[in-house]
Amino acid sequence: MVRLRLRVDPIKCKAHGMCGELFPERIRMDDWGYPVIEPRALSDDVLEHARRAITDCPRAALWVEPVDEPGARVRPDDLD
Amino acid sequence: MSPPADAGTTQRLLPGRPVPEDLDAHLAGFGPRPILEPAAMIEALDQSGLRGRGGADFPTGVKWRAVTERSQGGGDAVVVANAAECEPASFKDRFLLTYRPHLVLDGLEHAAEAVGARRVIIYTTRSHNDIEAALRAAIRERRRRDDSDRFVEVLVGPNRYVAGEETALIARVSGHLAKPKVVPPRPFQSGVDGLPTLVQNVETLAHAALVARFGAAWFRSVGTQRSPGTALLTVSGAVRTPGVLEATCDTTVGAVVDRAGGVEGEPAAVLLGGYFGRWVSADRIWNHAIDADSLRSTGASLGTGVLVVAPTTSCGITETDRVLAYLAGQSAGQCGPCHVGLPAIAETFHKVATGRARPAALDLLARWSRDVRGRGACRHPDGAMLFLDSAMEVFAADLRRHLKQGECRYAAQPSLLPVPAIEAGWW
Ligand SMILES: Cc1cc2nc3c(=O)[nH]c(=O)nc-3n(C[C@H](O)[C@H](O)[C@H](O)COP(=O)(O)O)c2cc1C
Ligand code: SF4
Ligand code: SF4
Repeated sequence: MVRLRLRVDPIKCKAHGMCGELFPERIRMDDWGYPVIEPRALSDDVLEHARRAITDCPRAALWVEPVDEPGARVRPDDLD
Repeated sequence: MSPPADAGTTQRLLPGRPVPEDLDAHLAGFGPRPILEPAAMIEALDQSGLRGRGGADFPTGVKWRAVTERSQGGGDAVVVANAAECEPASFKDRFLLTYRPHLVLDGLEHAAEAVGARRVIIYTTRSHNDIEAALRAAIRERRRRDDSDRFVEVLVGPNRYVAGEETALIARVSGHLAKPKVVPPRPFQSGVDGLPTLVQNVETLAHAALVARFGAAWFRSVGTQRSPGTALLTVSGAVRTPGVLEATCDTTVGAVVDRAGGVEGEPAAVLLGGYFGRWVSADRIWNHAIDADSLRSTGASLGTGVLVVAPTTSCGITETDRVLAYLAGQSAGQCGPCHVGLPAIAETFHKVATGRARPAALDLLARWSRDVRGRGACRHPDGAMLFLDSAMEVFAADLRRHLKQGECRYAAQPSLLPVPAIEAGWW
């Protein structure tokens, strides 16, 4: 089982805040409206929420990657 | 050529006399540059224990190997010497390039040969005009002597704190704004024009040139196990003869200060490592060697080799206030936690420093400092917050006094930490 984590591209993110509502288990918003993502690996029960956050982010700023392979993006459709 | 007879000397990079060395003087002192097989060169770097001197302290051999493996020795790599020196309190890179440009250029050629480079570049900063001229002159001198020398390009970027960060430098060299990028891809994977790229600080390159000539064992014959060899330091603040000096890393902070003429007045704190570094109280740091292991227990590191002595007659809060405002203004404006967070933090700190904040502001600063870390594309917010946290710790009593009573009587002292005017463009 590959351990996955959620990442945000801080340059793309423009604080639309959608992700915090879609994935409150792992994303909280800071005082300026930018997402703070919990660094720990994603458990199975939250993958669906992760997928929603990724697909709905207006800036396409979120992605999921294997913990051991930074930058290697997992396709949202492969998250289930 | 055999190593200098005084192998244990701590003066390796800097010439005995402060006279810029031309190619003849360089060759008379060091002999011709040896040609090494790439594998042998990289092996020597590994053995030497040389680490990067641009602030990140990363093993140099590991970096050269990563680029070599990516380009498969195929000659499509790029090497960039980082002479940006955007750290306002640092002068060591410019000092080295002024007095020993050929040692840096030797190191650059070793790097180009080892990784199989197609382009070889020195990147400096627009406001360092004299350095650009000195480099062009040194490169011309080499080309006149030996036309097999590869063509070294000199390129300049803006005088901005983050423009010396490696992905910003790569963007600038590739024809874009000198702003950092999200990694990965890291430079060795995709750098200048998408090619595998080695970015190396100029001091690191000069050490590499000496490793190539005299070997890893010679390199390790001074310094410590963790930080072998010598390091260039820029010493300023309350010292009698501020400037750049070279020391081995078993030297204590106190001994470094003595070599800079000794303290003027009573030392209160020392800023180690520049504006991404840490304030440490003078008592605590004085007898620590500047080696990474020895500094670790104090939370500090040598960073870019900056050491500023703050006397008891200076105001650490006012100094920190100015630098925080400068760092906030140096954000590349790309990542929210940095370009919105840092100005908010700097503004709040300024209110505390001038006695216009509520006590809760201190907790807010601590929370914001934790919050912005690790959330930029580059480490600008992390570095700035390391600096802030150390000030809040070391000058805790002063900070509470400022909170209640506003600026202290030392706030109007001439500043110890320089803050350059903010340049307009990003080219
Ligand atoms: C915001 C920022 C600014 C930097 N500025 C410089 C600089 O002016 N000069 C430099 O050599 N390295 C600078 N660095 C470090 C470079 O990114 C890079 O690590 C270094 O040039 C690599 O060379 P080295 O391994 O020889 O240290 C900076 C890093 C950051 C995060
Ligand atoms: S939804 Fe996308 S743009 Fe909006 S805050 Fe989240 S990551 Fe940033
Ligand atoms: S963290 Fe700050 S300086 Fe670094 S890229 Fe983002 S906005 Fe620019």
